[in-house]
Amino acid sequence: MKNWLYLHSHAIGIAVRRLLRQPVGTLLSALVVGIALSLPAAGYLLLDNVASLARGVSGSPELSIFLSNEASRADIAAMDKRLGTDGDVASYVFVSRDEAMRQLERSGLGDVLGGLAANPLPDAFVVTPAAADPALYQSLLARFGEWDKVEHVQLDSAWVERLHALLELGKSSVLLLALLLGIAMVIVTFNTIRLQILTQRHEIDVSRLLGATDPFIRRPFYWFGSLQGLLGGVVALATVWLAVYALAKPVEGLAATYGAVFSLSGPGAQESVALLAFAALLGWCGSELSVRRHLREKLS
Amino acid sequence: MIVFDQVVKRYPGDYVGLGGVSFTIRHGELVVLSGHSGAGKSTLLKMIPAIERPTSGVVSINGQDVSRLRASAIPYLRRNLGLVLQESRLLYDRNVFDNVMLPLVITGHPPRDAARRVAAALERVGLGGREREMPAGLSGGEQQRVAIARAIVNRPSILIADEPTAHLDAAYAREIAALFKSFNEAGVTMLISTHDERLFMEWRPRRLVLGKGMLIRDLAA
Repeated sequence: MKNWLYLHSHAIGIAVRRLLRQPVGTLLSALVVGIALSLPAAGYLLLDNVASLARGVSGSPELSIFLSNEASRADIAAMDKRLGTDGDVASYVFVSRDEAMRQLERSGLGDVLGGLAANPLPDAFVVTPAAADPALYQSLLARFGEWDKVEHVQLDSAWVERLHALLELGKSSVLLLALLLGIAMVIVTFNTIRLQILTQRHEIDVSRLLGATDPFIRRPFYWFGSLQGLLGGVVALATVWLAVYALAKPVEGLAATYGAVFSLSGPGAQESVALLAFAALLGWCGSELSVRRHLREKLS
Repeated sequence: MIVFDQVVKRYPGDYVGLGGVSFTIRHGELVVLSGHSGAGKSTLLKMIPAIERPTSGVVSINGQDVSRLRASAIPYLRRNLGLVLQESRLLYDRNVFDNVMLPLVITGHPPRDAARRVAAALERVGLGGREREMPAGLSGGEQQRVAIARAIVNRPSILIADEPTAHLDAAYAREIAALFKSFNEAGVTMLISTHDERLFMEWRPRRLVLGKGMLIRDLAA
């Protein structure tokens, strides 16, 4: 074990020296890898933010029961009582036509609504079903629709479904982007290691003559690739944080204009470690492919 | 003990490097291998650390058949041999200490003991105290001595040298030859190929003479 650690620390030392020997090349490679990785990382983060926003507003779909204009206070009170005792209803709120009007005005439609002679909006109950069950939604939809003085019942889930479908599409796109850029990163590392092998050929030959095993010769290249990937991961992480920092205020401002409170959040500790590990792993993969190909050529 | 038994080496194009060479070198012998250019000296020497494999015949080192050794076992064979080649083959981006240290790093030697061994090897070749110098700043003879220190740092029982004095002037060449003799006196089996046998004649070595890939003379010490 001690010997194993010693050999690895020696390999890390060689890899670090090789990285430091060409600071400009190392920096450029880290930037290429970092920028390539920052795109899917930023995409993932954006989706994560949107998903958390969607979770906040769509914990479960709601049913809106719009009352007819003839509904009296007594009718409303009766409906309120029925909803309060309905076991399939988790919660409900009554939104009067005046309240609905005020909400619309707050959302920025005040100018449009000001031109109307009378409030065209109906009184409504907004109902949250007791369970997230599509069959229950349909049953409540039918039941409430049969009530007297009910004009229309609407299940507010279509937009949520569309949002989730868009999020799924976004996830697939980010995954595809990550795959493509991951392959690009492996190719970049493959080529860097190929050049390393060419420049280190003399050292490889001498080491072989002195009894170096294949793992001994390969190890510094693996570490080199992994460290280069790790540096790229650090660049990607910094880029993402920079983007979050730069966009946080404009996004908050945009959300505020819609009367919403939303702030962009950067990658957490777990996501950061995952990104760095993924970057290092891709670097290792590129090294592995390159070393297998080019050191085998060297041996023949 | 080094045994060559009917060793043949043919290269593509039917060029014969060795045409059936047989000899035995006993432990502690000093053997000088000579012959004209293209006689097969380097080919023969490369068979011992398995840099080259024979087309037929057997090469064995201390009872181990090197000619049929698995590729993964070759590094372990080389660790027990000292190799000195025509060019010093030093790493010019590392100092003298790191160059001599390399075989010990490869074998995973504990650093403190390794440092002691490096110092002793450099002392032995007359370069004590020059550990921090870079190879490019040394003369050809000094570079070759660094290569020799690197070859002996693992304390091999067999030392193989391929034209170790080829690029050195007469004074440096005599120093190197004397160094090899001192190793042999310490019990190391030596096989040295050279164009200039006279360098070693005063020690009455055994002489193997090659010509056109054949052993044409085996002159006992």
